[in-house]
Amino acid sequence: MSKLVLRGVEKRFGETIAVDGVNLALEEGEFVSLLGPSGCGKTTTLRMIAGFIDPTAGSIEMDGKVLSSPSGSVPPERRQMSMIFQSYAVWPNMTVEQNVAFGLKLRRLPAEEVRRRVGEILDVVQMRHLAQRYPAELSGGQQQRVALARAIVIKPAVLLLDEPLSNLDANLREEMRFEIRRLHEEFRITTVYVTHDQSEAMVTSDRIAVMNQGSIEQVDDPHTLYTKPRTRFVAGFIGRTNFIEGAANGAEIVFDRFRVPKSALENGAALTGKITFSVRPQSMRLSRAPADRGGKGPQVEVKVIERAYLGEYWDYIVMPAEGSIRLRVTAPPLEVYGVGESAWLEFDPSQMAPIV
Amino acid sequence: MAQMSRAEALARPQAAGVLARHFGRFESSMLLWLAIIAVLVFLIASPMVRLVVSSFQEPETGRLTLGNYVEAYGSLRQLQALLNSLELGIGVALLAGVFGVPIAWAISRTDMPAKGFVRLMVFGAFITPPYLGAIGWILLAGPNSGWLNRLWMTLSGAEHGIFNVYSMTGLIVVVAVASFPYVFVFTSSALDLVSSEMEDAANILGAGTLRTTFRVTLPLVLPAILGGLIISFLEAIALFGAPALIALPARFHVVSTQLWQFFEYPVRVEEAAAYSIPLLLITILLFWLQRSLTGRRGYTAVTGKGGERRPIRLGAWRWPLLGYALFVCSLSVLLPMTVLMQAAFAKAWGRGFSLDNLTLHNFYYLLFEQTQAQQAILNTFVYAGATAFAAIGLSLAVAYIVSRRLVRGSNVLAFLCMAPFVIPGIVLAIGFYAAYAPPPLALYGTALMMILAYTTRFLPIAYTSSAAGIRSINPEMEEAVRILGGGRLLAIRKVLAPLLKKSLAGAWILVFIPAARELSSAIFLVGPNTRVISVMLFDLSEEGNFEVLAALGAILLVVSVLIAGLGFRVIGRDFMLRRSQ
Repeated sequence: MSKLVLRGVEKRFGETIAVDGVNLALEEGEFVSLLGPSGCGKTTTLRMIAGFIDPTAGSIEMDGKVLSSPSGSVPPERRQMSMIFQSYAVWPNMTVEQNVAFGLKLRRLPAEEVRRRVGEILDVVQMRHLAQRYPAELSGGQQQRVALARAIVIKPAVLLLDEPLSNLDANLREEMRFEIRRLHEEFRITTVYVTHDQSEAMVTSDRIAVMNQGSIEQVDDPHTLYTKPRTRFVAGFIGRTNFIEGAANGAEIVFDRFRVPKSALENGAALTGKITFSVRPQSMRLSRAPADRGGKGPQVEVKVIERAYLGEYWDYIVMPAEGSIRLRVTAPPLEVYGVGESAWLEFDPSQMAPIV
Repeated sequence: MAQMSRAEALARPQAAGVLARHFGRFESSMLLWLAIIAVLVFLIASPMVRLVVSSFQEPETGRLTLGNYVEAYGSLRQLQALLNSLELGIGVALLAGVFGVPIAWAISRTDMPAKGFVRLMVFGAFITPPYLGAIGWILLAGPNSGWLNRLWMTLSGAEHGIFNVYSMTGLIVVVAVASFPYVFVFTSSALDLVSSEMEDAANILGAGTLRTTFRVTLPLVLPAILGGLIISFLEAIALFGAPALIALPARFHVVSTQLWQFFEYPVRVEEAAAYSIPLLLITILLFWLQRSLTGRRGYTAVTGKGGERRPIRLGAWRWPLLGYALFVCSLSVLLPMTVLMQAAFAKAWGRGFSLDNLTLHNFYYLLFEQTQAQQAILNTFVYAGATAFAAIGLSLAVAYIVSRRLVRGSNVLAFLCMAPFVIPGIVLAIGFYAAYAPPPLALYGTALMMILAYTTRFLPIAYTSSAAGIRSINPEMEEAVRILGGGRLLAIRKVLAPLLKKSLAGAWILVFIPAARELSSAIFLVGPNTRVISVMLFDLSEEGNFEVLAALGAILLVVSVLIAGLGFRVIGRDFMLRRSQ
C-alpha cells in the first residue's frame, strides 16, 4: 500500500485554478520532488499535503486514511508530518536546542529522552556545539540545519520541504543537496520536496514529478525523466534539447534528410502519423568525415552556424546544409570546428525520445 | 422550463450541503468574528450613528427634524465660532510650517550642531499636553503679570506689557508651538527618503546649495509638508484645552468651546450633535486630501536604493540655523516648562525665582491632603493603562484575523479599527454621550464609559502598531508550530507573543501617553467620581490656582516622560517621531 496518495487533487482560488487534478502516490520511504517553474502549483500542492490549504476537489490520503477532502480536513497539527519552510521559520526567540526539542516536548516525551534525541540529531547535522545559540547568531546554512534537525527529530510520517535551499548561496546550496540526500539515506522518511531547480531535484530524489500549469506532466526517476521525456514541456524544462519532426511511413520514421527504422526506437512500432522527437545535444556526434558503416545511426551533413566554448564542452549550432532547422550539439573540448565549416552529424536512435 | 426547475432542484441540496459544511468548519472562528464585530460596532459604529441620528431628532419626542441645525447655526455667535476655528486652524497650520519645516530640514539634511538636543526638544513638544503649554504661556504672557511682560516693563520702563496671550494671535502661537512636531515628523520622514544624488544632479548642473534646496529638495517633499500642515490644522480645530484656557477669558469662542457650552446645564446633546457634524465632515475631507497628497507614488523619490545621503555643509550658517531651532524649542518647551516648574515649586509664582519662595507644599497638598486630586491622579493612570491594554488586545485580535484572513470580509474590521482616526475627540465624546449616557446602559459617570471612549479614540494607534507587528512576522513561523503538532493558540503563545513583545510594549506606550493626557473627550464624559488630571487642571485654572495646577501638571508630565523614556530604552529613540501611517 502506498504511504501517501493524492487523488485528483484540485485547488481553485476564485476563478483561477492553481492545482488541476493532481494524482500521485508515494511509497513508504520514498523521496519525490515536485519540480516546475514558479506558479505551476507545486507549493500549493505541498501546502495541501501539509493541511494549510484545503483542496476544492479530490482527496489526500495517508496510510489509507483520508486527510484532506473538500468536505473537511485533518488540521496540520494532527497529521504527524513535519515541514521545512522557505524561510526556515526557525523561531528566533528560542535557542537551537529549544527549537529542536519543541516537537518532542509537544509529544510529551520524558525529559531524558528529549535530551537524548535532540543531542543525537544535532550530532547528525553537526550542530551540537551550537546548541545554546540563538538563531540570530547563526549563518543561513546553520539555520537550515536547525530546521532540518527540528523536522526530522520527531520522526514524522511524511517530511515536506518547500524550496528549502532557495535562500542559500550557490556553494552552500550544492553542499546542502547532498546533505539532504544523506539524511534521507539515513532515516528513510517519506519525503515530498518542492523545488524549481532541476539539479536539486535530480540529486535528492528517487522520483521527480514535473509540474506545469497545475498538473503533473510526468513522474519518473531522474534518469528516465532526462532520457525519455514524454512531453515537450518536460523535455524543455529538464536540461536542453532539440525538437525535430518526423513522420511514420511503413517500418520507418522519415525525417527531413534521413530516416530511422522503427525497430531502432524504443516502442517504435506503435508510432503513427507525425511525431516530434526530443534529441539531447550530447546524444549526437559531430565528425569531419562520414563515419564507417559501423556507425549505428543515420548521418547528415551539416554546417556550423555558431559556436561557444564553455570549458567543459563546445556548444555548436549546426544546420543541415540546405535545411532550415537549427540543431544544438555539444562536443568535447578538443573537437574544434570553425564557423562555416562543414561536418557530419550522427544521430543515435536509442536516445531519440518521441514526445506529445 | 421543465429543465430549468430540474436543474434548480438538483442544485439546491448541493448548495445546502455547501452551507452546512461551511458552518460546520468555521463555527468557532465565526463566533470569534461575530464577537469582534459586535465589540467594534459597540465602540465605533454605534456612537457615530447615534451622533448623526440624534442631530436630526427632536430632543423630547425623537421625531425627525432639522431644528437642531437651525438652532445650532441660528445665532451669529455660533457661526462666528466656526469662523474663529477656521482662522485658528489656518493660522496654526502656517505657523507650524514656519517652525517645523526648517528644523526638519536642518536635522535631516544639514550638519547643524546639537541635532540630538533639538530632536529631544521636538520630542518634548510632542509629549507635552497642549493645555500645559497654554498654562505656561499664560504665566509668560498674561497681560502685565506675565514674565515676558514684566521683563519688557523692566527693560523699557513702560507701564504696560506688550504681550497678551488672551487673544487670537496668542492662541495661534500657543497651539502652533504645540503642533509643529506634526509638520516636523512628516517633513523629516520625507526628507529622509530623498537621496543626495537628487541634489548632486542639480549641483552638477550648476545650482548652488540654496537654489538646490528651494528648487529641488523642498518641492520633492512638498506633499509631505502639506500633509503635515493639514494634520496641524485638524489638531488645532479639534483641540479643546488650550482654546478653553485662552479663548474664554478673551471672550471669543471656537467650535470646541462652543460645543462645550451645549453641555452646560441643561445639556442639549442633539444641538451639540448637529453643531459637530461640520467639524466631522471637514476632518474626514481633509484626511482624505492628506492621504491622497502623501500617498501619491513617485513624487517623493522613493528609489529602492536611496543612495548615499550626505549632510549639506552649512559653514557659518550653521549657527543662525541652530539659533532659530533653539528659538522655536524655547517657545514650545523650554520657556513654558520652566515657568510651569517654577510655579509648581513656588509659594506664589509671581514672587519669582528665589529660595524663600521655594516649597514642596503644592505637591504635598495634591498627593496627601486633597482627596479629589488623589482620586484624579489614580483615575488618570488607571484609565490610561486599562485603555492601552484594551486597545492593544482588541487591535491585535483584529490584526491577526485580517492578516491571516481567518474570515471573509476581514478588511471591514480593519477599516472600522482605523475609522476613529478621522473623528475629532470632542465629536467622538458627543457620540458616546448620545449613545451610552441614556438608559438602558446609563454609563455616564462610570469608569467603564471613560475607558471605552478612550479605547475607541486610540484604537487606530494601537491597530497601526499591531498590524505592523504581525505583518513583520512570517506566517511560516506559526505554520512551523502547527505542522509539528501545536495548535493555533500554542503558536500564538509560544512564538507570536514573544516575538511581538517589543512592538506591543511600544504600542502600549503610544496609547498610554495620549490617553493619560486626554482632555477633549474626557471633559464631556467625566462624572463626579471619574475626574482625571486633565479635567482637574482645567477646573483649577478657572479658580486661578496656578501653583497647585502647575504641580499637578508636573506630575502628569513626569509620569509621561518616564514612560516615554522607557519606550526610548526598549524600542529606540525614534519610536514616537516616526510616521506610522
